[in-house]
Amino acid sequence: MSDNPYLPHPVRIEQIIIETEDKNLRTFKLVFFNKEDEEKFNFIPGQFCEISIAGKGEIPIGIASSPTEKGFLLFTVNKTGVVTRYIHNMKEGDIIGVRGPLGNWYPWEAMEGKNVVVIGGGFAFTTLRSSIVYMLHPENRNRFKDIIVVYGARSPGLLLYRQEIAEWEKRDDIDVHITVDATDDPDWQYNVGFVPTITEQKITTSENSYALVCGPPIMIKFTQPVLEKVGFKPEQIIMSLEMRMKCGIGICGRCNIGDQYVCKDGPVFSLAELNELPKEY
Amino acid sequence: MNDKIIKKEELQDFLKALKKTHEVFVPVKEKDFYRFNPLTDESKGDLNFTNTRLSPKSLLFPQSERMFEYTLDEESSDAHIVKESSKDYSPTVITGIRPCDAKALRLVDVNFNNPEFKDPWWVKHLEPMTFIGLGCNEPANTCFCTSVGCGPFNEEGLDVLLFDLGENFLARALTPKGEELFKLVGVDKDADSDLKKKADELKIEAENKISSHVPTDKLKEKKVDDLFNALFWDDIAFACINCGTCTFICPTCWCFDIQDEITKKQGDRIRNWDSCMFPLFTLHASGHNPRTEKVQRVRQRFMHKLKYYVDKYNNGVACVGCGRCVKSCPLNIDIREVFSLMNDL
Repeated sequence: MSDNPYLPHPVRIEQIIIETEDKNLRTFKLVFFNKEDEEKFNFIPGQFCEISIAGKGEIPIGIASSPTEKGFLLFTVNKTGVVTRYIHNMKEGDIIGVRGPLGNWYPWEAMEGKNVVVIGGGFAFTTLRSSIVYMLHPENRNRFKDIIVVYGARSPGLLLYRQEIAEWEKRDDIDVHITVDATDDPDWQYNVGFVPTITEQKITTSENSYALVCGPPIMIKFTQPVLEKVGFKPEQIIMSLEMRMKCGIGICGRCNIGDQYVCKDGPVFSLAELNELPKEY
Repeated sequence: MNDKIIKKEELQDFLKALKKTHEVFVPVKEKDFYRFNPLTDESKGDLNFTNTRLSPKSLLFPQSERMFEYTLDEESSDAHIVKESSKDYSPTVITGIRPCDAKALRLVDVNFNNPEFKDPWWVKHLEPMTFIGLGCNEPANTCFCTSVGCGPFNEEGLDVLLFDLGENFLARALTPKGEELFKLVGVDKDADSDLKKKADELKIEAENKISSHVPTDKLKEKKVDDLFNALFWDDIAFACINCGTCTFICPTCWCFDIQDEITKKQGDRIRNWDSCMFPLFTLHASGHNPRTEKVQRVRQRFMHKLKYYVDKYNNGVACVGCGRCVKSCPLNIDIREVFSLMNDL
């Protein structure tokens, strides 16, 4: 095997799941071509991969599956640029590549024995899904105290992983608060309101807690003061950043914020760490 | 110290002898400028130069380099599977590299060859290379190497250093690789103490000829935010046209892009030099761009060299004082002024 960090491992698209009603988000279930690649691929929730399509290029995408789910990887891809448009038109059985795992991960050791508040907006819920599935796994569940999730989208049809979230709803070892900005569905049984508003209602203490926050900049901007109000310190607020990337291993030079490369030193940063960096993201 | 003496007229014979086992690059004059070309009977090289127009970084980090190849032919059993391209990594001697450019390779090496990830092409190109440096008897007025931990006879990154003593070169082997080279082609006449003394004097004389100096002592202790938010960036960037010349010619600029190119059903994954001067460099697919403004890009280039690199690697500034950007900028943006502005903020 090559130890070339730029060389993608070949994978087969085993399943494509249309996630949202606008069909702009699809989840790709990928299976390794070579058993030895799969065995070497050990990741931690929060990490990402470069997905490689021969002839088109590569894109950095967070790993949506959990390391406790064996035999495949999940990536939820928003149709946006050249590579994502192309992968949206691919079919089950097609061969692509995966390079990784890349970047750092959520601070699992520090979060042990703590309450974990998961706040997500829109399609930035992928590595959060990975994290929730990971924490709910029987081997891991008792390592964490309360798990509280606030997840919102513009409308019910734009929420990711609907069926799975419905399953979480039924459990008593996780507290899930789903919300939409607005809906005309009379049968909608969950919250209506922006993520910061629902966060303010549901998250009333920061004691012994970490908050994982992923979403569009506007959501983060208004959620941050809500968390600070109940006492979350910058060290307790954890975020995952996006940036244009190429190499994914801190070499090609384009994804820096100050002296930190988002691809290698990130993508996960605490608010305390971000406060030390220039505001250029 | 392993100091040998080479008569000037002998150098060509030694280089020719090296060609039996090595690819040999020498500075060659093309029109008004010098560049590194392979040594041939027609192109013998010419050491009467100040420096090459482009830095020699392209010898191990080509402007465009194929990384991988693949076929898209569905008939083929390995369709869509990306594979490494085979490459020539034969032993190579770079003759006449200036000390600043040799040090630049050491500064860039911390990026391409770090504890977590090794860039395989950089490492494999560099490993079989031997660098015969040529000290600068007559530094240019844009040279400021002595301010940035380098100098006209700096030895870092070199295997052999040549002192031009008029009729002779004093050739100093600095590494086992350099000594090997001496043995291989029979460089065996020891330099006497007179010549060694002459070489030492030459070095001091050359250092004293450097007329440009920049301050660097306070860069490390400065707060990133203070420098980032400094008011001088608008003034520095005012004239800039974001042409990218500075990044192209700079021996320590290493940023690159990765692109796929297809010809019929054969594809290549290629990396190309890129530049932080270009807005596309950081443009997200969503349309968001953290550096939409020219001033942000200009600031990034200088902050990277004089602050981010300093903080991240604890290896000094990412500048060797070669003066290429000073000479080549079409708008006369002068990094020496930026050193002062940043250091003395």
